Amino acid sequence: MPNAIPEDSVGIVEPQIARFNTPLELTCGRKLDRYELIYETYGTLNADRSNAVLICHALSGTHHAAGYHSPDDRKPGWWDAYIGPGKCIDTNRFYVVCLNNLGGCSGSTGPTSINPDSGKTFGPDFPVMTVTDWVNSQACLADYLNIDIWAAVVGGSLGGMQALQWSILYPNRLLNAVVIAAAPRLSAQNIAFNEVARQAIMSDQEFYDGRYADHDTIPRHGLRLARMVGHITYLSEHSMGDKFGRDLRSDKINFGYDVEFQVESYLRYQGDTFSESFDANTYLLMTKALDYFDPAASFGGDLSKALAQAKSNFLLVSFSTDWRFAPARSEEIVNALTEAGRHVSYACVESPHGHDAFLIPNERYEAIFSAFMGRVADKLEHANKKQGEVPCI
Amino acid sequence: MHLTRPDLAIIQNWIKPSSRVLDLGCGNGELLYFLQEQKQVHGYGLEIDDQKITECIAKGVNVIEQNLDDGLSNFKDQSYDMVVMTQALQAMKRPDLMLEEMLRVGKECIVTFPNFAYWRCRFYLAVKGEMPVSKSLPHTWYNTPNIHLSTFRDFEQLCQSRNLRIIDRAVGNSEHESHWATNMWPNLFGEVAIYRVTR
Repeated sequence: MPNAIPEDSVGIVEPQIARFNTPLELTCGRKLDRYELIYETYGTLNADRSNAVLICHALSGTHHAAGYHSPDDRKPGWWDAYIGPGKCIDTNRFYVVCLNNLGGCSGSTGPTSINPDSGKTFGPDFPVMTVTDWVNSQACLADYLNIDIWAAVVGGSLGGMQALQWSILYPNRLLNAVVIAAAPRLSAQNIAFNEVARQAIMSDQEFYDGRYADHDTIPRHGLRLARMVGHITYLSEHSMGDKFGRDLRSDKINFGYDVEFQVESYLRYQGDTFSESFDANTYLLMTKALDYFDPAASFGGDLSKALAQAKSNFLLVSFSTDWRFAPARSEEIVNALTEAGRHVSYACVESPHGHDAFLIPNERYEAIFSAFMGRVADKLEHANKKQGEVPCI
Repeated sequence: MHLTRPDLAIIQNWIKPSSRVLDLGCGNGELLYFLQEQKQVHGYGLEIDDQKITECIAKGVNVIEQNLDDGLSNFKDQSYDMVVMTQALQAMKRPDLMLEEMLRVGKECIVTFPNFAYWRCRFYLAVKGEMPVSKSLPHTWYNTPNIHLSTFRDFEQLCQSRNLRIIDRAVGNSEHESHWATNMWPNLFGEVAIYRVTR
């Protein structure tokens, strides 16, 4: 795939780089004097720059959300099922922006970038990011693109947390927030899984306290384990059972510790591919950003007070078999929003795919998402038409 | 702009402009859409039907997927001016508890339900000897969601026993048949019972 680029694809896309020389103050107290953000855009920005939609990515996501980098690409961007002409986020109507977050390893400034102070890669010296830092950097990108107000800020999982943070930090800079399969903060169990992943990486002999680049190696083994444990939490018991059951790779059990069950083989494959393509320091940093996310904390632990800052409309979506950020977690956000008197709609979509469901095609999810985004576009276009009708004197 | 359902046309008169409204079983959001467009009402609808939830979202009505039988514990005491439940009370597991819950969350509530003592129902049951099937009660006895059918009189007895005050009562008939007899003898000639209740 693809022999030909599908009709409902944004087609061949090219990443761009925005360079910033104004220091970015970070939550941890440090600052980044200079940084770069890599991003992609799909669709056309309208004359009054009002149809821009920001896509925030999750833990291992990138700026490549839709389309193909070359006709030879085997797979499109990570959210191609939902971004494109005629899709939920309709690129015939919206100008879509997706970036790689700071601290990432896909082209934005992060642990694998050169630290101007030392001339070597940042590695573990790269500051720990928070969701707030990301949102602040995304606001700088919006300034750079001359976008005052996003028609919508949209994200799933950790991306949904960024959309939520946007609504609190910059209430006047977005009209709508779409928060999918997210949580208002991590539970002890969520943090525990992240800690297992971090320990797997940090206890790898090749980790060298994060300075593996200086030793020309990567903590392959640790990253692999981290991804395996993470991946289990993204799937549901049901979807794993459906996909693998207790199927064996060969006909019989061998009473040994090699790969025997299909699910083992799948996890190892997932771990292997991930460990070759993702940076370990970035993984550590992303899991910390997740752990630290707690927008209610600055409001005495009262989430509805935090969300009372928001002015946007909200769409919240959860998935029935998601146990990483279960429907009840989304409902906490919904309840805080209704208590704060914000405009919010919420649906819990039936899906067998666990947390990963937010990436996977699903009829009902698409219907809800399209209905919401369609209305966002209708309102924009209606407002534009009205403006156009004002007679020139 | 008008409401297609006669019971909605009546109850919208009982809802003050700019009030906070919770619509339980809001369907396709018709009432809330009308109220937010015409009366600047701030409201949320609760619904469990997939299709109807999508319809609400498409027209910009706030809708929250929630099973009413699980209660309203996620809403605070007296946090709404009006809690509305149209044509759904009879489908609740415990209509009495739902009514109490509605008046915990809202200062007032409005309920509408099919009147089982409507003369057509009585006639159907008396003559045919079968559970009535009609336009307002279209299901057969074994698959009906309407598991707690009641009458004007039943409802008023319930309110009395719980010390609930009926502020308004109206009769909704499906074909807009407003006959003097419907108001004189609602329990016999009223097809849909409409009440506004407070504590």
